[in-house]
Amino acid sequence: MTSDPHITVRDLTMAYGSFVLMRDLSFTVARGDIFVIMGGSGCGKSTLLRHLIGLNEPAKGEILYGAESFTKAEPERRQRLLQGFGVLYQSGALWSSMTLAENIGLPLGEYTALSPSEIREIASLKLALVGLKGFEDFYPSQISGGMQKRAGLARAMALDPDILFFDEPSAGLDPISSRLLDELILELRASLGATIVVVTHELASIFTIATNSVYLDVETRTMGATGDPKWLRDHAENPQVRRFLRRGAEEGEGEDHG
Amino acid sequence: MSGSERNEVTFSTTPEEGLVVRIAGDWRLSGHLPTTAEADRHVAAHPRRVAFDTSALGPWDSSLLTFLGKVTASCAEQQIEVDRSGLPTGVQRLLALAEAVPERKGARVGEVDESALERIGRATLSTTQSLGEFVGFIGSAAIATARLLVGRARYRRSDLWVLIQQAGAEALPIVTLISFLVGLILAFVGAIQLQQFGASIYVANLVGIAMVRDMGAMMTGIVMAGRTGASYAAQLGSMKVTQETDALATMGISPMEFLVLPRMVALFLMMPLLCLYSDFVGMLGGAAVGTGLLHLQPITYYQQTAAAVKLGAVAGGVFKASVYGVLIALSGCLRGMQCGNSSSAVGEATTSAVVTSIVLIISACGLFAVVFYLLGI
Repeated sequence: MTSDPHITVRDLTMAYGSFVLMRDLSFTVARGDIFVIMGGSGCGKSTLLRHLIGLNEPAKGEILYGAESFTKAEPERRQRLLQGFGVLYQSGALWSSMTLAENIGLPLGEYTALSPSEIREIASLKLALVGLKGFEDFYPSQISGGMQKRAGLARAMALDPDILFFDEPSAGLDPISSRLLDELILELRASLGATIVVVTHELASIFTIATNSVYLDVETRTMGATGDPKWLRDHAENPQVRRFLRRGAEEGEGEDHG
Repeated sequence: MSGSERNEVTFSTTPEEGLVVRIAGDWRLSGHLPTTAEADRHVAAHPRRVAFDTSALGPWDSSLLTFLGKVTASCAEQQIEVDRSGLPTGVQRLLALAEAVPERKGARVGEVDESALERIGRATLSTTQSLGEFVGFIGSAAIATARLLVGRARYRRSDLWVLIQQAGAEALPIVTLISFLVGLILAFVGAIQLQQFGASIYVANLVGIAMVRDMGAMMTGIVMAGRTGASYAAQLGSMKVTQETDALATMGISPMEFLVLPRMVALFLMMPLLCLYSDFVGMLGGAAVGTGLLHLQPITYYQQTAAAVKLGAVAGGVFKASVYGVLIALSGCLRGMQCGNSSSAVGEATTSAVVTSIVLIISACGLFAVVFYLLGI
């Protein structure tokens, strides 16, 4: 792992109209990190993700990819940056009127000069990577929720992105599927060398995958801490962060996690 | 235990014990919740402390907890000590649980009294905002159309063909039914008046002109607003809820070009054809009354219609239909894209799409009537 900054967030304030959700967020994600955005329910984890992928505009501050400002980029340049992102949405968000192969093929058709048969081959490969070989011609409504999520991941990987974003990957999955997904995330990082940003509050998952993190504190409406969650569990200055990472247990009890 | 079926509360005050609340009988939600008015009166007399006697209490559920919660709350307000040791342990623990987390400030949404002026102000602001959104939407629709014309818009051909089929061929049965009946009704209304002075042949003129000038386009428009406009709003709305629209946006594909544009094109192309078809079926409806009821010769009816209906009027009606098509697609897609993040929001978006498109169609129809009159068409 290098300490080359891939994503930099500077003094970010997130607001809906005049309602400020979070203020003064500043953190850096290094290239190759598995970065976890964590915090209690309703603290704005998913909103922070939406800011990172340009679905919401910052009320203040800016987001940089590499050395380039995403917030201040021209629309065309922003489109170009977006092509380097893969996003797995909470519910999969597969386009329901298209088959799985067409879902994965759509971005390929838009941004590459590949022929339809080549696109289909790549779609089959991506589906095989997430364990869905042979499901090319299924519609999203014909497969289970866990499979939809994996198909969503296959679509997120379609353009071999530099950065993969996951919004609550384990929500709605049984413990085994969610563990398999964690292993898949680790595998992807190791093989593709992608930077991975995950929104989650699953402690088991956080300690398995994360190399870096930010904790959003709903009480103070700003970030509680940033760093490796295993280190933060024992050394964070903010007691709220330590409590969260110990599942609400006080110091000294419940040391065992994992 | 007393076997009484109703809940009972009695109060006794002694100088040394303070207020003792005796709770007896069955406390069931199926009965009535006792009012705390009497308890409040006793608490207001400032006893030294409040204790409970539950020796005659039967089975209990949340109704008892609600009652006790209110009593302890009013005691806390008056700073009177409450001794809960007389309550069953289950009740004590549930009360403690309910009091464990203090009420979140500002979380309670109460009825806020708004003056009429404030309400008018709010309504004005929200109207201005939605008008602004509509204008903005028309603007981005125009940009998307311009990109389509120079061949740079991103959409799937196959999607467009499916949409054309849905908005065209699949709409024929309902358009047939409505148009035939409208033609029939127009003929009946005309026949009653025209028969009085033996001019029943002019039913053909009445039906023909009414259908091609206005009724064909308007009835098709209203049918398509309810059928296709509503479906667009529901489709785009639920795509918003399931984040499919977001997924498009983060792929760098404009939802405006990918979702809205093909729908607008489909309706813009299909509405004139449906309108022509509706004109024809409406005249058939008129002919059914003319030949069946007024005993006119079919050939006479045909010749009368052909003489009355001018090509200009037909073209005018078809033009109106195209405009209505764009209006329906715009309002359906706008409401769908504005949809909130819940299933009830999808329902609201659908309703609002149909209302918006019908209002727009009728207003446009009125405007056209004036303009066409002034132009002498």
